[in-house]
Amino acid sequence: MHRYYQPEIETASRETIRALQSERLVRTVRHVYENVPFYRAKMESAGVTPDDIRSVDDLHRLPFSCKQDLRDTYPYGLFAVPLKDVVRLHASSGTTGKQIVVGYTRHDLEIWSDCFARALVAAGASDEDIVHISYGYGLFTGGLGADLGAQRIGATTVPVSSGNTQRQITILRDFGSTVLCCTPSYALHIAEVLEEMGLTKDDIRLRAGIFGAEPWTNEMRRQIEQKLGLKAFDIYGLTEIVGPGVAFECEEQTGMHVNEDNFIVEVIDPETGEVLPEGTQGELVFTCITKEAFPVLRYRTRDVGVVSRGTCSCGRTLLKMTKPRGRTDDMLIIRGVNVFPSQIETVLIEKGYTANYQIVVDRANNTDLVEVQVEISREIFSDTVKNLTKKGRELEEALKSLLGIAVKVKLLEPNTLTRSTGKAVRVVDKRKLLD
Amino acid sequence: MVKQLSVFIQNESGKLASVTEALAWAGVDIRALSIADTTDFGILRMLVSDVQKAAEVLDSLNCIVSQTDVTVVAVPDQPGGLARVLGLMAGANIDIEYMYSLIGRGEEKAYMVFRVSDEDRLLKLLWENGLQTVSAAELGIR
Repeated sequence: MHRYYQPEIETASRETIRALQSERLVRTVRHVYENVPFYRAKMESAGVTPDDIRSVDDLHRLPFSCKQDLRDTYPYGLFAVPLKDVVRLHASSGTTGKQIVVGYTRHDLEIWSDCFARALVAAGASDEDIVHISYGYGLFTGGLGADLGAQRIGATTVPVSSGNTQRQITILRDFGSTVLCCTPSYALHIAEVLEEMGLTKDDIRLRAGIFGAEPWTNEMRRQIEQKLGLKAFDIYGLTEIVGPGVAFECEEQTGMHVNEDNFIVEVIDPETGEVLPEGTQGELVFTCITKEAFPVLRYRTRDVGVVSRGTCSCGRTLLKMTKPRGRTDDMLIIRGVNVFPSQIETVLIEKGYTANYQIVVDRANNTDLVEVQVEISREIFSDTVKNLTKKGRELEEALKSLLGIAVKVKLLEPNTLTRSTGKAVRVVDKRKLLD
Repeated sequence: MVKQLSVFIQNESGKLASVTEALAWAGVDIRALSIADTTDFGILRMLVSDVQKAAEVLDSLNCIVSQTDVTVVAVPDQPGGLARVLGLMAGANIDIEYMYSLIGRGEEKAYMVFRVSDEDRLLKLLWENGLQTVSAAELGIR
């Protein structure tokens, strides 16, 4: 019943994967050391030579790399092969800073194709399918990444790119597309326009969708699945590593399998850089071990997640990472515990609250105090103190069990938070004022 | 049965004033009022002359408003009058979620507003014991 694109990798034993990773890591480190002066200098100042890296166990000895390194060496400073061997460039729009650029050799595009092909097959797609790709085609990795994967499995690829949703729906109907690839918010937009056009999911033939490139919730997943009549799969990737396909979801929909034969994932404490044990939440760090043109070593993604091993009901042995739970930039350290606003938001939404909230952190008698202020809605409101207090307590309990620290909940009237600030301010850290 | 308006009030100075000002501006009269409060928030409960209009005005101010059915009982205005009513309710296992008194009173009667666990049983109990309830119309509420 289960289908894999490359079963020899996807269901390989841990020992096989590990041996493969060790061999490839050693080779990549040497390749990078010899061809990228920037990395060589970094390793030299960390007192590490390629000879010190003999297996995956030595990975932690390598220095980290980060987005700033890509900016500092812009455009070609981190390329490990001459440009004549680079057949493709992609770039990440610099909405949060200067733009970055990455390169691929022909071999790198092959790897990327395989990674996305695994995602498609895990979503049940085959050469019988018509894959409608509404990710933007261009410097952004989304469109062409999905395109490579769809072609790799021999599916009929429809490179629609983004925009003109009515036309997209006409194409979906006329061409009979069965698989949709786009951002989750665009999938919801397609669903809305479908409704506006007086159509339903029965007018289209989609049965699976691969959605990524932005954060989305399980509630969005439910809506997309219900409105478009498909099963929605998550995909993870970032331009610096390869693009979409670093990790992909299987039918169990409980996390994404990391393509470990190409990318080694570590979870670190964002403050200390220390590698955390499996199952602990922290910053995701990736090392490329098969790419030739742009192999980043221990790249800090700033994405926060948890990685876990163990057999998946789909039969894959590749370890699984959770959907990113937030960004390290937003992290708060409260009583020594790392807390992310996105975790709090998830609980609020699960409990039926609005996403209008504010986290106020203060310090009294050398103890950090957290208050989560949230605007209540009609659905939450009850006209007895007993019920309303109980609602607050339930929320406090849910937050405590997730975060591991006690949190006080304060219920507010609607529009209090947004009105006073004009724009949502999620965190007010009063502790800084006391330092 | 009378419709009561319940409003979520943040524990902040001026909040109560703004709610009552809005009702005054809309020409809505407050017939009865009580506030249940905690350190963080309060619940303002009111019987008003025009429930719909008041709800709309408060809604437009982004207040959280709900409507609840309450029973207004005409309690004999004499020593032991309220004690008797409460005793009957306790005997019938009717729980009081909250109660408060009405501003003004009828002839030889004090009006008490009750929110109880089982309104139907309360009405039956009152009727069996010769106690009267007061309708919305009698209170000038529409």
